[in-house]
Amino acid sequence: MFIKQLSIFVENRQGALSKIITMLSDSGVNMRAVSIADTQDFGILRVIVNDIDKALDTLKSKNVIVRANNVIGVELQDKPGSLSKVLGLLTDGGVNVEYMYAFVTPGNLNSAYLVLRARHNDKAEKILSENGIKMLSEEDIKNM
Amino acid sequence: MKNNYYQPDIETADRKIIEKLQSKRLTEVVKRVYERVPLYRARMDEAGIKPEDINGVEDLGKLPFTSKQDLRDTYPYGMFAVPMEDVVRLHASSGTTGKQIVVGYTQNDLDNWGDIVARQLVAAGITKSDKVHVAYGYGLFTGGLGIAEGARRLGCTSIPVSSGNTARQLTIMQDFCSDAIACTPSYAMYLGESAAKAGIDTSKLPLRAGIFGAEPWTDEMRREIEKSLNIKAYDIYGLTEIMGPGVAYECSEQKGMHVNEDHFIIEILDPDTHLPVKDGEKGEIVFTCLTKEAFPLIRFRTKDIGTITHEKCKCGRTFVRMSKPMGRIDDMLIIRGVNVFPSQIETVLLQMNLSPNYQLIVDRKGVLDTLEVQVEITEGTFSDTISDISRLEHELADRLKSTLGIAAKTTFVAAGSIARSEGKAKRIIDRRN
Ligand SMILES: [Zn+2]
Repeated sequence: MFIKQLSIFVENRQGALSKIITMLSDSGVNMRAVSIADTQDFGILRVIVNDIDKALDTLKSKNVIVRANNVIGVELQDKPGSLSKVLGLLTDGGVNVEYMYAFVTPGNLNSAYLVLRARHNDKAEKILSENGIKMLSEEDIKNM
Repeated sequence: MKNNYYQPDIETADRKIIEKLQSKRLTEVVKRVYERVPLYRARMDEAGIKPEDINGVEDLGKLPFTSKQDLRDTYPYGMFAVPMEDVVRLHASSGTTGKQIVVGYTQNDLDNWGDIVARQLVAAGITKSDKVHVAYGYGLFTGGLGIAEGARRLGCTSIPVSSGNTARQLTIMQDFCSDAIACTPSYAMYLGESAAKAGIDTSKLPLRAGIFGAEPWTDEMRREIEKSLNIKAYDIYGLTEIMGPGVAYECSEQKGMHVNEDHFIIEILDPDTHLPVKDGEKGEIVFTCLTKEAFPLIRFRTKDIGTITHEKCKCGRTFVRMSKPMGRIDDMLIIRGVNVFPSQIETVLLQMNLSPNYQLIVDRKGVLDTLEVQVEITEGTFSDTISDISRLEHELADRLKSTLGIAAKTTFVAAGSIARSEGKAKRIIDRRN
């Protein structure tokens, strides 16, 4: 099971990031999770939103380069070691994690959610589901 | 493979014979323009040069230059070196900027023009029994009638379709069984695409050669055209001021264009010193007409940048070979002492399928010039991972370094972020002064 994430090219200069965020919020799209990876010159803004189609339409109509891609959303149990368990499974399975970030929701403060993308996403998803790790669906994201 | 020559005696002549012929013709043409073209007489008098001072190609450097502006200033007929009763044809060029200019041809000029175009046709494997589909415009522009002149001299059949109406072009190409086509490279690309869309299998057509010129094109375009039309594509060079198509022509080696040196002298000059550069070094392309009667130009500065090589060509021709023009001298930047042309950067961007919207930022850190190339990111180049984009930046930097000879910092910027004026991106920001 995958969820959709938007990846957006942002220049590493003042105002570039807030411009994109404003575009999204003005269009009424809610952001569930936000992460930014950056270099000296540019960054990639990664967001999980409640309405992916609307977000894509909004950004593309404003000439923003954006891509929707599959990532894995994991619900982490509220007990010690749950993150390392997930990562351990992937390492044992020979899967490299390219990036990950976490978020929480106001509605459920007992859980943390992890978004991750692996070089071999399908393989990662298979390992996690075989080991009974609870993964998020698009539906879950919409209802958060 | 058989070497195809139209006039083998001169096309493969010993260099000494070519230079001797050039020397003889140069002294004659200088005498003619001094006597008949007031501008040249005035310029030579000003420089203290008499026709007797020019005894051969070694004296070429003593002669004054001719600029495009001179042609505008003497418009329409001030540069003509024969009375109008000897002029049998006029052509004109609007140029991409500025006022149009008009050029003239005598009967001999047209015959010579036909000969040099015929050399290209024959080099492309075209024979008397072939049919050449001419999709260049017929009119004041030299393309259509110039190729037709060559076909007439060679004795092959020309099909004067002229430009436009692509559906009709394709019908004629099939029905009339065109063996070769001549047009602009961009139109050839379009014809190829249109043929595919119309479901025409170009490998079943007799078409086997294409002669393309009159605008810049890349090796990628050449491969594309050769594939889509299933032909071998030849690059023909020319400019209205000097003759029209055929000033230089390509052989089947496809490694530069042979300059018709019995009719023209090519010089590649350093943009600053105006002295000849070495083989392979970039400089301004300058032409002198040796045989032209109606409109003979001396040391005409094309403002185009290119290179020449005297290296022997495998085809057996001994004429020097010139590169495609690499850009306009007005766009040239000197960075760390190296001449850089925006067109070189455009070629690399095109090869890597990157956006054509870029800008160059030239700055100075201490005593060192710096160059940054900013390119807009596109859907096709954007990736979700930093490492992919960084890798692309590095590849671009590497390719630029090998093309330009200097290192450049490469940066991707947001789509639409590079300012555009008149629809075109503003290319250069020079912060050094
Ligand atoms: Zn050759």
